[in-house]
Amino acid sequence: MGFFLETLFGGLMAGVLYSLVALGFVLIFKASGVFNFAQGAMVLFAALSMARFSEWLPLWLGFENKVLANLLAFAISAAIMLAFAWLVERYVLRHLVNQEGVTLLMATLGITYFLDGFGQTVFGSAVYKIDVGMPKEPMFILDTVFEGGLLVNTEDLYAALVAAALVALLTLFFQKTSTGRALRAVADDHQAAQSIGIPLNRMWVIVWFVAGITALVAGIIWGSKIGVQFSLTLVALKALPVIIIGGLTSVPGAIIGGLLIGVGEKLSEVYLGPALGGGIEIWFSYVLALFVLLVRPQGLFGEKIIDRV
Amino acid sequence: MIYRENGQFRTNYRDDQQIFPIAQDRWFVIAAVAFAFLVVPFLFDDYVFKAILVPFLILSLAAIGVNVLVGYCGQISLGSGAFMAVGAYMAYNMFVRFEGMPLIAALLLGGFFATIVGVVFGIPSLRVKGLYLAVATLAAQFFCDWAFSRVPWFTNNSTSGSVAVGGLEILGWSINTPVDKYLLCLGFLVVFALLAKNLVRGSVGRQWMAIRDMDVAAAVIGIRPVYAKLTAFAVSSFIIGLAGGLWGFIHLGAWEPLAFSIDRSFQLLFIVIIGGMGSIVGSIFGAAFIVILPIFLNQFLPLLGGLVGLTISTEMISHTEFMIFGALIVWFLIAEPHGLAKLWSIGKQKLRLWPFPH
Repeated sequence: MGFFLETLFGGLMAGVLYSLVALGFVLIFKASGVFNFAQGAMVLFAALSMARFSEWLPLWLGFENKVLANLLAFAISAAIMLAFAWLVERYVLRHLVNQEGVTLLMATLGITYFLDGFGQTVFGSAVYKIDVGMPKEPMFILDTVFEGGLLVNTEDLYAALVAAALVALLTLFFQKTSTGRALRAVADDHQAAQSIGIPLNRMWVIVWFVAGITALVAGIIWGSKIGVQFSLTLVALKALPVIIIGGLTSVPGAIIGGLLIGVGEKLSEVYLGPALGGGIEIWFSYVLALFVLLVRPQGLFGEKIIDRV
Repeated sequence: MIYRENGQFRTNYRDDQQIFPIAQDRWFVIAAVAFAFLVVPFLFDDYVFKAILVPFLILSLAAIGVNVLVGYCGQISLGSGAFMAVGAYMAYNMFVRFEGMPLIAALLLGGFFATIVGVVFGIPSLRVKGLYLAVATLAAQFFCDWAFSRVPWFTNNSTSGSVAVGGLEILGWSINTPVDKYLLCLGFLVVFALLAKNLVRGSVGRQWMAIRDMDVAAAVIGIRPVYAKLTAFAVSSFIIGLAGGLWGFIHLGAWEPLAFSIDRSFQLLFIVIIGGMGSIVGSIFGAAFIVILPIFLNQFLPLLGGLVGLTISTEMISHTEFMIFGALIVWFLIAEPHGLAKLWSIGKQKLRLWPFPH
């Protein structure tokens, strides 16, 4: 039982991170109808920029304070993501207005390749560390209930807290600010939003920027866990089935889908894996997504799209 | 002046419906194929055949397969690498497990198994489309990656996980030298390009295009979406599987699942986008472009770096390659969604009027 709970817990923690990446997908899809394949590349790019600037700034400016370096690096990375959002809107999306979803998807594939190459050219392609001072020691909980207790990484707990805080902030932003209201209007109906004077182009910049910030946060958490490296982009591939299962347009769906995939992956690896030869983590989430597609194409929480095929 | 169809009268339906109605086109294509078969084998050294021409021919074949599905039928697929892998591994199993299995039969059987897998993973296309389908085909990609690296039967219980073939021969013609390999791949490409061209001109190709352009309207005029989509998946994955078999047997010789990873799928999709969606000749242009660009950058970037006093590392070159491909994809999608094939046909149109402006 203790082992089962530990696996479950590990799965939930991985799931939190999938949710964060999936959240970026959902935000962009809702506001601009773009299925943003570049979210993984954005995670890598943001994490690279964070890791490198927090290393470079103390050298350039000659100070020692780690917290200050991290804060400054975060601000610079956020500014870079804003510039990125503006460039994408100005040079890609604006020219592809009213194109089919598939064309936009392929355009974001192009952005993915560009961003991967660009990030590694500018920031280098080794494995970098991000140290934001997350505690690393594992701790044991519930040792009164089970023999030996449950091994939990405190780092994972902090990650979950940060993710929850981010989701809360995003909810506040979407529900309580006028920009958030405008974004929800755009998500509902582009033309209607435009006709009442909401500037679509600016909304797209904002939503890509918000997705960039979630990518940055996801990148920092993953990066401080496993180091900043190219394999971070693979997280995006894990997040695709998450949004299929949760529903493309639903923020709670992204979170619950992420947790489901995280848990499912770990449990299936531990309990089904040995029977099938191991390594089934890679495709488990996809096959799950395939079944969801066949039974409920709009996902668990998505809006029902009436679209005859 | 030279390229003009004045005076070429088509007096019966047969003339009107041939693949190249304009005589100059016809002769140009025949001359190009003859040149490729008869002259090219004497022109280059082994390196060019091995590093450029053989991969180019096989990728062209695979891109034709992808184009049938993505360009003609409008069903986006990110699992082409998986279908190539199925073709390669099943051809390998047929070749190794059955004594005296001819090479061509093994490759065709590989294509046949790829067809089955393609149709199975194409079934979701009956319910979902666009973005959702892309995820469904990604499932094929990851599942096949896993199956070929984890299930020992597929690799004939090889301990290292990689498989190798040797002693390839067709009716006494043993395929050893790069020129032999080139000729074999060229033969396959010509046969299947012709086949694909005729399919897309015919009834089934029109059904695919109708489904691509508007599926509801197509269904209303009596086209069965199930049949059209599944035939597109079948034809496409057969050709891709065959190309996969060639890639393994002829180009690599020994391979492991990594040769058919998701990057291969993206590469094929890029070939189709750059070459031109919905064009057979575009697939060939796209493949040429994608094979030659990295080699060109490898030669050219260090020179350019030398001029401004920079040393360009190989890492830098591969990152630049990524950036250029990414930027090109976006540029083509915005400026020329029909790719190089469209530029080619614009060129021909201009040539017809030349030297007059209108």
